[in-house]
Amino acid sequence: MEIEVVSLSKSFKEVQALKNICFSVASGELFGVIGPDGAGKTTLFRLLATLLKPDEGYIRVRGLDTVLDYRAIRNGIGYMPGKFSLYQDLSIEENLHFFADVFGADMKKNYELIAPIYRQIAPFKDRRAGALSGGMKQKLALCCALIHRPSVLLLDEPGTGVDPVSRKEFWEMLALLKKQGLTILVSTPNMDEAALCDRVALLQQGRVVAIDRPSAIIERYPYPLFAVRSKEMHRLIMDLREWEPVQGCYGFGEYAHLSLHTASRRPSEIAAYLEQCGHEAVEIKSIAPGIEDCYIAFEQQA
Amino acid sequence: MNRFFAFISKEFRHILRDRRTLMILFGMPIAQVLLFGFVLTNDLKDAPIAVMDQSGDVESTALTNRLLSSGYFRQTDTVATIDALEGAFRRGNIKLAVVFPPSFGQDLARSGQANVQLIGDASDPNVATTLINYAQAIVLAYQNERLQQGFSAPIRVETRMLYNPELKSVFGFVPGVMTLILMLVAAMMTSITIAREKEMGTMEVLLVSPLRPIQIILGKASPYLALTVFNALIVVLLGIYVFGMPMNGSILLLAFESILYMLVALSLGIFISTKAADQQQAMFISALGLMMPTVLLSGFIFPRESMPLPLQVIGALIPATWYNKIIKGVMIKGVGLESLWLPTGILVLMALVFIGLSVRNFKDRLE
Amino acid sequence: MGNVIQVQALTRTFGDFTAVNKISFEVRQGEIFGFLGANGAGKTTALKMLTGLLMPSSGTALVAGYDVARYPEEVKRTIGYMSQRFSLYEDLTVRENIRFFGGIYGLSTSQLREKTAQVIEQLGLEQQAGLLVRSLPLGWRQKLAFAVAQIHEPKVVFLDEPTSGVDPLTRRQFWEGIYEASARGITLMVTTHYMEEAEYCHRISIMVDGRIDALDTPAALRQQFKAVDMDEVFRKLARPDQPVGHVD
Repeated sequence: MEIEVVSLSKSFKEVQALKNICFSVASGELFGVIGPDGAGKTTLFRLLATLLKPDEGYIRVRGLDTVLDYRAIRNGIGYMPGKFSLYQDLSIEENLHFFADVFGADMKKNYELIAPIYRQIAPFKDRRAGALSGGMKQKLALCCALIHRPSVLLLDEPGTGVDPVSRKEFWEMLALLKKQGLTILVSTPNMDEAALCDRVALLQQGRVVAIDRPSAIIERYPYPLFAVRSKEMHRLIMDLREWEPVQGCYGFGEYAHLSLHTASRRPSEIAAYLEQCGHEAVEIKSIAPGIEDCYIAFEQQA
Repeated sequence: MNRFFAFISKEFRHILRDRRTLMILFGMPIAQVLLFGFVLTNDLKDAPIAVMDQSGDVESTALTNRLLSSGYFRQTDTVATIDALEGAFRRGNIKLAVVFPPSFGQDLARSGQANVQLIGDASDPNVATTLINYAQAIVLAYQNERLQQGFSAPIRVETRMLYNPELKSVFGFVPGVMTLILMLVAAMMTSITIAREKEMGTMEVLLVSPLRPIQIILGKASPYLALTVFNALIVVLLGIYVFGMPMNGSILLLAFESILYMLVALSLGIFISTKAADQQQAMFISALGLMMPTVLLSGFIFPRESMPLPLQVIGALIPATWYNKIIKGVMIKGVGLESLWLPTGILVLMALVFIGLSVRNFKDRLE
Repeated sequence: MGNVIQVQALTRTFGDFTAVNKISFEVRQGEIFGFLGANGAGKTTALKMLTGLLMPSSGTALVAGYDVARYPEEVKRTIGYMSQRFSLYEDLTVRENIRFFGGIYGLSTSQLREKTAQVIEQLGLEQQAGLLVRSLPLGWRQKLAFAVAQIHEPKVVFLDEPTSGVDPLTRRQFWEGIYEASARGITLMVTTHYMEEAEYCHRISIMVDGRIDALDTPAALRQQFKAVDMDEVFRKLARPDQPVGHVD
């Protein structure tokens, strides 16, 4: 196991940021830590990057302890702490060279690792990092984190402040990097990005509520799920919640996701109930749950 | 009106809940009143002097006692020779010397007139003038007493201003400004640069790199050291060519001492930055913890000897106090290391202590 | 059921740069209007003009009947505003925040008392009423900020990325609050970068480079751009020349 997290807990003054976290990441895995703001993602990543010490439990990266052997670990990881990891008044090229030099990396030798990414921003190499768009900053930060050929990449919310198109490109770059053998941990508040990972840990208020392949988590979703719509979405949701067989009903864009307590109701019965409530243009279909459905189910349990 | 009062009551809550604001609102005025009250005085007392009584007779002893019991003076050195006297001045141990000639008493008795010499350290012209005036007044008072008692021997006072016979006030002022400027640039700027790295978040990435804390610290400080050297050069040149400061001592020594002082200031700046979470805090601590004490307690405006003991002790902990002595020694008095070994040694010690503390405090984790 | 917001050729320039370029649209009373666009498209500038914080360079905007250029103070008094970046004072308690904002919007003492109790009860914050806002989880803070933005019963409420970073469950509860407000006749203008939330709006507009390039109901836009969801609509608008999801 490339990374082992065992019974990890961490508090700050009154707030318990992480409670009894356990998981491991295999070499070459693309592992996602999924959770909203305040769930504890950044704290977890700082602990992994040896920047904080656990209150309880321990973390091992490639067999080394993050408290006792932190120096050795630091040489082998690439850390990208969200929006702020670049020098705003240095140019793209200067930033890259700085991090290469600080890590004692051979630019020529390692360039091929970052080439597909750097090529996209190279035309702007003299522009100051502060003047770059979110997407370009993201690419540059990734290059700077990779230039010393780490074996583990820690990316804490790399998509913050970046437009959706660039974010999608970023995940494609990660897939390419994975093929090169890097172990990558990414944290994100976007549930749909979970599907792009090999395995994910769902983080909720400092606790891990699920760890597995995204498909496995979805398989374990306990309720039958439907997508429902009508002409009046808000009223639809309220009416369905009144109905006894309903476990939960929440908006998901165009449709509302409806979960029932048991599988004993057919779509026609749902349609009948809705027509009874006076809904028009009712549409019901059975759907497979997504990670967000699972996350909400966990939240409801808490 | 209601909305106006709602706003006011909110502002009160913010203030009362912010410890730092409370400290400034209540702590600072009290501290400042006390500080200024004790420090802000041009009256001198307990000034360190030396008495060279080459006569040792009744008269000279009486006059000496009169001087020493006035409260203005404190005898710190007993000197037997001129060399010793000059040495005391060079080291900055005394501000005034009273010299009685060997025949003081005899002269008074026989010829009805005697001389006494008052020598002042005019590298601080205001202090020297004040002290000489005090001494002269005491001598005059003593003389009048004797006249009333029937003796008619006037005591002639010969005054000499060492190092600055023209009593140029610039001599007192420029060294102090040099001290202040170097402290300002070196300490404040360094503290801000490290705090800025923390604030911007790039510090996290540096910490996780193979760079060791000492490398980060020295790396951060080096450009400022280089720039400060440049700054110091300009200040010295301005002092000499625009303000007419003399350069009586060795340039090499001045350079060495100045670099030493800047190292101390830099390491102080770094130490502050390890305590500050952001640039604002760094600036705040630098201003309150460095600038104010330097201006008030280092002796460059207000004489240290007149301050109550606790403030003098604090003043002794300020690097500026010692550098001030050193500049005056090198530039005005033209002395060498043999007279300045004490302040130099203290600065070296301070540099080591602060660099050591900074390295120790510089956390290579986030908490 | 008139138009609560009427915008006609609204423009704002900064020197040579045109941040908002002749945008026009109308919002009906009780409508939930989604105001979307990429960062830098001009959304924030447009919003600032509509809330009376920035003077238009040309064009007009009427909010709740007031011309934003001539009567910005009246506009500010009739609208509610909540943004992601700032909504409440963290070092004041829940109760103090409610009372403060109520106070500056001119509520009388008795009204304040009533409203404070009402808000606390509706949100279920009885236990936390005396706690500092900074100790509340993000989702609760946003819900409270929304309630506070409505405390003076404004006709229009502007919400700037109100659910950013909030957990999925609370986000939906928040939108239920938006629906309830809409049902009470309040007009809401919302910006968000959660594309699925665009679906909850009655109509949306998408700004690109200072212009409004799309304005319609979510369903109509999906059809118009032959897209599966709003995400795709957005991507097609934002980078029309780029094939979607291509890396060198």
